[in-house]
Amino acid sequence: MKKIHLILFAIFITHISCAQKDNSIVSPTEKDYEIVNVFDNVEIPWSIEFLDKNTIIYAEKKGEIYIVKNNTAVKVKNVPEVYFRGQGGLLDLELHPDFKNNNLIYMSYASGSREEGGGNTAVARAKLIDNSLTDIEVLYKGEENSTKGQHYGSRLQFDKDGFLFFTIGDRGNRDQNPQNLELDGGKVYRIYDDGSIPDDNPFIGLENVKEATYSYGHRNPQGMFLHPKTGKIWTHEHGPRGGDEINIIEPGKNYGWPKITYGINYSGTNITDDKELPGMEQPLYYWVPSIGPSGFAFLDSKRYKKWNGSLLVGSLKFQYLERLVLNKKNEVTYREKVADSIGRVRDVKICPDGFIYIGVENKGIFKLVPKK
Amino acid sequence: MRLIVLLLFSSLIFSQDKEESIERGKLLYQDLCSRCHMPDGKGVEGIYPPLAKSDYLFNKLRESILAIKQGGIEGEIIVNGIKYNTQMEDLGLYEDEVADVVNFILNSWGNKYDKIITEEYIKNLK
Repeated sequence: MKKIHLILFAIFITHISCAQKDNSIVSPTEKDYEIVNVFDNVEIPWSIEFLDKNTIIYAEKKGEIYIVKNNTAVKVKNVPEVYFRGQGGLLDLELHPDFKNNNLIYMSYASGSREEGGGNTAVARAKLIDNSLTDIEVLYKGEENSTKGQHYGSRLQFDKDGFLFFTIGDRGNRDQNPQNLELDGGKVYRIYDDGSIPDDNPFIGLENVKEATYSYGHRNPQGMFLHPKTGKIWTHEHGPRGGDEINIIEPGKNYGWPKITYGINYSGTNITDDKELPGMEQPLYYWVPSIGPSGFAFLDSKRYKKWNGSLLVGSLKFQYLERLVLNKKNEVTYREKVADSIGRVRDVKICPDGFIYIGVENKGIFKLVPKK
Repeated sequence: MRLIVLLLFSSLIFSQDKEESIERGKLLYQDLCSRCHMPDGKGVEGIYPPLAKSDYLFNKLRESILAIKQGGIEGEIIVNGIKYNTQMEDLGLYEDEVADVVNFILNSWGNKYDKIITEEYIKNLK
């Protein structure tokens, strides 16, 4: 009898040591915030930024940029043409850390055409002057265009040292791109603000590699933020059926796709039997079932006292904003739905004045205002 | 006799065109549609409507095809007795590709549709 207890205990211990805790998402009945629509005339607001605390700039996936102030939108002129197909289009926007002085804005987008054999993710910068883009420079273009609709990435994020991080997803070619350093796709990249490649990038000097690569083995990262305390880049990525992940990005590391995953094919068949392998990183957190994560923010704001330090993730599939609480060991201890049933959340950002904003497909841009 | 041969021949050509369109449509479906509508066309109940044996698809065929051409249906719809209210995005398909994917959907997972949907039809669809 004692033996059985010991065995059971051993099974229990192994179980808790290798699997993350089950944190079913909570739908709070009491809400101490209001969701205020600040602009409603949107289609797919893929990304939101702020020119100042009263001025939103946002990207429509079909290839348009708007500046919104007091519920009035002005269309930005001279936006580069995008390859609008599947998940491709105009994607992220990011302001240069010194935007106030240099007016530089960065864009990621699907570039290409049917005649060019499809498209792939590009990153460009331009000056935003008088509601128009000028001096447009393409800083990076993923090689090998494809007509496949999947997995362009792409989020942009400057870190504290002025490096620009961006993501390209596996472009629907998981068996080739993510694990091959000679090919674009399935990577997190790091470049300088002018597009040049830093000398201390992890794969610099290796023959034939894409030297802008910072980490690899990714599927489709569409959420990225700079952690305000640690200065690290955090991403989340879409898994297949199950297996969306949160990762902290470290130079040169392999995040495993498609060799390891907590997901399966959409058809229900297996992709791999492995959930972990030596030399490959485990996610900080994974979602089963998938939520379709889009947009990612770390809440560092005095506006929402009890929420400070939470992670915010938009869900395309379940149509809410998810708030995750971590303990000191970076384990997720609590998850709740914010703005439940609001629609397909594409982006979440914290305004310079500390308020949370979300962009929701066909519904608008919303602000979360705590009740007094 | 000559007429019969001609008819037979043209119907052979027709069915070959249709088969080829369905084959191309299958690849497009896997690439651009199956993530939400699922490889078996059954969708996700309450979120992404089914295409397999969908009453809405066949009762409102024109609206359904237009939704692929232009990007979704606004407002609530009821498919096989279940409510759906998520507007599909514009996938950016070319008109010939819309025709291919529609031919695939209309002839898969137990769906059957005798006619072929052509690029010309999609072009004129408003």
